[in-house]
Amino acid sequence: MVNITKTFGSLVANNKVCLDIHKGEILSLLGENGSGKTTLMNMLSGIYLPDSGQIFVDGKEVSITSPRDAFNLRIGMIHQHFKLVPVLTAAENIILGLNENRLVDLKSVAARIKEICDRYGFVVEPYKKVYDMSVSEKQTLEIVKVLYRGADILILDEPTAVLTPQETDRLFAVMRNMKADGKSIVIITHKLHEVMAISDRVAVLRKGQYIGDIATAETNPQQLTDMMVGHAVTLNIDRPEPENLRECLVVKDLTVLDVDGVKKLDKVSFTAYGGEILGVAGISGSGQKELLEAIAGLQIVEPGSSMLYTAMDSEETVELAGRNSMDIKKMGVRSAFVPEDRLGMGLVGSMSIPDNMMLRTYGNGKSIFTDRKTPRGMAEKVVEELQVMTPGMNAPVRRMSGGNIQKVLVGREIAADPSLLMTAYAVRGLDINTSYTIYHLLNEQKKHGVAVIYVGEDLDVLLELCDRILVLCAGKVSGIVDGRTIKKEEVGLLMTHLGQEEEA
Amino acid sequence: MGQLIALIQAAVVFGTVIMFGAVGEIVTEKSGNLNLGVPGIMYLGGICGLMGAFYYEMGNPEPIGFVCVLIALTCAFIASMAGGLIYSFLTITLRANQNVTGLTLTIFAGGFANFFGGSLNKLAGGVGQINVAATSAAFRKTPVFLANMGDIGILLSAFGFMVYLAVILAILMNWFLNKTSIGLNLRAVGESPATADAAGINVTKYKYMATCIGAGISGLGGLYYVMDYTKGTWDSDGGIERLGWLAVALVIFATWKPKRSIWGSYLFGMLFWLYFYIPGLTRSSQEIFKMLPYLVTVIVLIVISMRHNKDDQPPANLGLPYFREER
Amino acid sequence: MKKESREPLVRISKRGVMSRGKAWGIRLVAVALSLIVCAFIIFAIVKLNPLKVYGAMFEGAFGTSKRIWVTVRDTMMLLCIAIGLAPAFKMKFWNIGAEGQILMGGIVSAACMIYLGKTVSTIPLLVIMLIGSMMAGGIWGLIPGLFKAKWNTNETLFTLMMNYIAIQITSFFVAKWENPFGSNTVGIINSRTQAGWFPPIFGQAYTLNVIIVMLLVVGMYLYLNYSKQGYEIAVVGESENTARYAAINVKKVIIRTMAISGALCGIAGFIAVAGASHTISTSTAGGQGFTAIIVCWLSKFNSFIMILISALLVFFEKGAIEIASRYNLNDYVSSMITGIILFFILGSEFFINYKVKFRGSKEEAK
Repeated sequence: MVNITKTFGSLVANNKVCLDIHKGEILSLLGENGSGKTTLMNMLSGIYLPDSGQIFVDGKEVSITSPRDAFNLRIGMIHQHFKLVPVLTAAENIILGLNENRLVDLKSVAARIKEICDRYGFVVEPYKKVYDMSVSEKQTLEIVKVLYRGADILILDEPTAVLTPQETDRLFAVMRNMKADGKSIVIITHKLHEVMAISDRVAVLRKGQYIGDIATAETNPQQLTDMMVGHAVTLNIDRPEPENLRECLVVKDLTVLDVDGVKKLDKVSFTAYGGEILGVAGISGSGQKELLEAIAGLQIVEPGSSMLYTAMDSEETVELAGRNSMDIKKMGVRSAFVPEDRLGMGLVGSMSIPDNMMLRTYGNGKSIFTDRKTPRGMAEKVVEELQVMTPGMNAPVRRMSGGNIQKVLVGREIAADPSLLMTAYAVRGLDINTSYTIYHLLNEQKKHGVAVIYVGEDLDVLLELCDRILVLCAGKVSGIVDGRTIKKEEVGLLMTHLGQEEEA
Repeated sequence: MGQLIALIQAAVVFGTVIMFGAVGEIVTEKSGNLNLGVPGIMYLGGICGLMGAFYYEMGNPEPIGFVCVLIALTCAFIASMAGGLIYSFLTITLRANQNVTGLTLTIFAGGFANFFGGSLNKLAGGVGQINVAATSAAFRKTPVFLANMGDIGILLSAFGFMVYLAVILAILMNWFLNKTSIGLNLRAVGESPATADAAGINVTKYKYMATCIGAGISGLGGLYYVMDYTKGTWDSDGGIERLGWLAVALVIFATWKPKRSIWGSYLFGMLFWLYFYIPGLTRSSQEIFKMLPYLVTVIVLIVISMRHNKDDQPPANLGLPYFREER
Repeated sequence: MKKESREPLVRISKRGVMSRGKAWGIRLVAVALSLIVCAFIIFAIVKLNPLKVYGAMFEGAFGTSKRIWVTVRDTMMLLCIAIGLAPAFKMKFWNIGAEGQILMGGIVSAACMIYLGKTVSTIPLLVIMLIGSMMAGGIWGLIPGLFKAKWNTNETLFTLMMNYIAIQITSFFVAKWENPFGSNTVGIINSRTQAGWFPPIFGQAYTLNVIIVMLLVVGMYLYLNYSKQGYEIAVVGESENTARYAAINVKKVIIRTMAISGALCGIAGFIAVAGASHTISTSTAGGQGFTAIIVCWLSKFNSFIMILISALLVFFEKGAIEIASRYNLNDYVSSMITGIILFFILGSEFFINYKVKFRGSKEEAK
């Protein structure tokens, strides 16, 4: 790939990126969230069209305008969000788009699937419907689907994000088998230990720019991080000493099931104190989302769960378990919540900043009409204090960039003067400066005596920002550790294995 | 017994109109397009088939039955496909809202059909005077060889070929959707166009094809109504529109499975005519009975949503547009 | 693989913001184009100078003061339904059931006129009719709303079926009330006493229609844009997750909004019966419930823009009917022309929302 450029509106996702993929190697494509890894690979697999640049396969220049072109060039991509049809069976999903004008012969398809599975060590049940499959089964199916089409270049977009450690090991074993078979594999990730474990070579992207590539054997995580972030990671995030701790939220035996009855949270217990930042770490999908949503009254909790909340300047304690968001609001609980899905939950994309400011408070007062003055003042304040870049006060927030959207959201939640502040992936997709602004805001809240719960994915940040870190693993608490003394490796271990006391 | 046979016969005639409409709409909806223009498309099929036959019979003193049928079918199919094409172009290429576009198509085609139908009536010298006797007769010709098999024989042989064609088409469509690669791909397009796209399926082409061919099939329902039920005349009483909406309802009733639409359509036809065979109804209470098909559909709709059986759900992407570079 | 890099023929990308003037310019061009197409069709059918035909259309809609008032009356009717649909559609609830809601309102109004016309005096009678028709339409909207809230039952198809149930109920009452016997129509109700008819104001029969609907226009504008309930509707329409996050009772909002939407459509039925036709039949709604959906959709729920669009559509309808009678065609030509115009307006939205770049054209400066 030579000089690939792709823009979305005014956002430059890839800027003159050049990338080589060699035959029979595993290449890691490394970069922070939003650095353009997925976009780049989507252009290789025909989902997006590059604005400019050239792509060569086996020395010949090609133009990939559709996924079909990509197959013909033996390129296959396994997307982060699986591209499977739930109501179809595994075999049907695999032959989608193949052999037009022919009858479906599922038997011979099943035989071919078995052949591929045996060769690389997969297990796929050809007649199982996708909606009955687990996440790792779906992923396996995706890989088999690509292999069935005879792909020689496989692109895996953050494949391990949804897997358990055992499943990850199995996946890596399969990847090595495929490499031995002469396939080229690109794995997109931002997890360094995986890069070191699996790949032969690493290519690094930063903010849409190609930084360089290096053989894995000749590098170390420190150097890779430098390449990824641009400078050595000494984040220097402020961390004032916690003062005047008081119990704000006591969670005991919190259990949450998802729609299919699978336990997403299993007897989670912890206490959040006013005046400190409690970090929540864990591989994505370990129950972080459910935890915050349960506290906000957006999840149905199982009987036996308890969440006792005490406001900042009162002695009265109220039970949040079994209450929905409307009850919680009525009880006067001052909890603020910055959800992961900013435009799908935290804000209304089609509304202006002032209209979004009143999302949580529009109902105040007796009038049947909304108060429009206060939110406008609030919006002006947030825009000014957090330096929100906006095309205009009345423009829909959807038109703003991710960082500015997040500022509006965080600004609103903090302005509500909460006793408890929950943030989910508050800095995801934001640039460094905005991230620091957010850290600063969280610290301010902590100093005010607010109990802050910070769900994050970047361990370095968690370790420098949080007073204590709660580590979740598959819906269970695998440890609550001191953010000042714990080592990164130890947290990483807790994320992937349940703590000793759980096993005992 | 005679009453029952009469009821069944009436039910089958209406059922056939609905079945064509529904089978066509199932194909369309399998591609993720919810086309509320079905009544309009059936109008188009009806009027254009009628017009084709009319001009052929006007020009030929001795029309040949087979040619009549061929002309009527071709005209109906092509005109209905044109209706589907307008819908496809607006919703797929220009990304207009599907419901709004479908309703507009129904308004337009209803106007178009009744306008030309009315003009045709005038041309022929008054309402009910359109003379496509040869065509209508050809459409209503029954397979006599089945008649000497007692009651069942009478029942089986009482219909024109379109009745059998509808059943064959429904079975064929069932086979097509479940057993062929194209059918499989089509289902994938309606369930998850992004997945289909990533699998190298030309989503736009599939949507266009399914919508246009589906419209063509739906249109045959209108043609059958005109040729059989109204015996080759044009009546602007909105009968086709009514049945068109029932066809939309039948798609739900059949839970998007062509096979189920066969007995479903006959059941609808039966419910539609039931009032006629229940003794002691006054003219006003008959009207209450006529709401049965709609009531049943509502109940089915509710039951489907309550049971939430994964195999009986509408195509997951029904009614939603697809745009690859959406971000 | 070909050597030269293939570029697709057209590339489409989302537009940023388009100025309001330019957007309306595009819509205007679309209407103009549709008129040209219609002109060709008219020419093909009647072989007349299309300009003359359009002149005739204008006369049909505004030729005499009586015609103007009929045009106004029909505009108000369409507008009233569109206003009724606005809250439901803003909530992204596909209320295709306006036809049925209108009929239910109409039936109650007609019933009041028939049964109470002799005993109750005009003003209280009209108030009873108004309230009754609102309740009837409201219930008709409420039912699909309840099931949507409770089980997420598909509202598009549910409301559609409710139309036909309402039509059958109407047929039932038409057969019951028919007058004269055997005509299968209800005839003009209270034609002698005019009980339950809208009284003329300032000498005009339809003034009250205008007053009621204009109040609704202003009221709906305020409701959707400035009231708390309107805010809730907007949030629910955008994302149910956001609504739950904002502690909005989504089910309550859906049910309440559908009741309101149905009730307003019920008022349209009341106006149609008491303020226009003074009778009830299965064609009292006359497909306007469907046309109003398009009005509502194109206006993006802004009730003042709805005035413009409904007036435009009614103008074309009246004009087309005039052409029909003048050139010996039939009335249905109006639906056909309406359909064509709507196709063009629907299509034009695309060019407002998206940028189209043809192969070979130069990249615009950023």
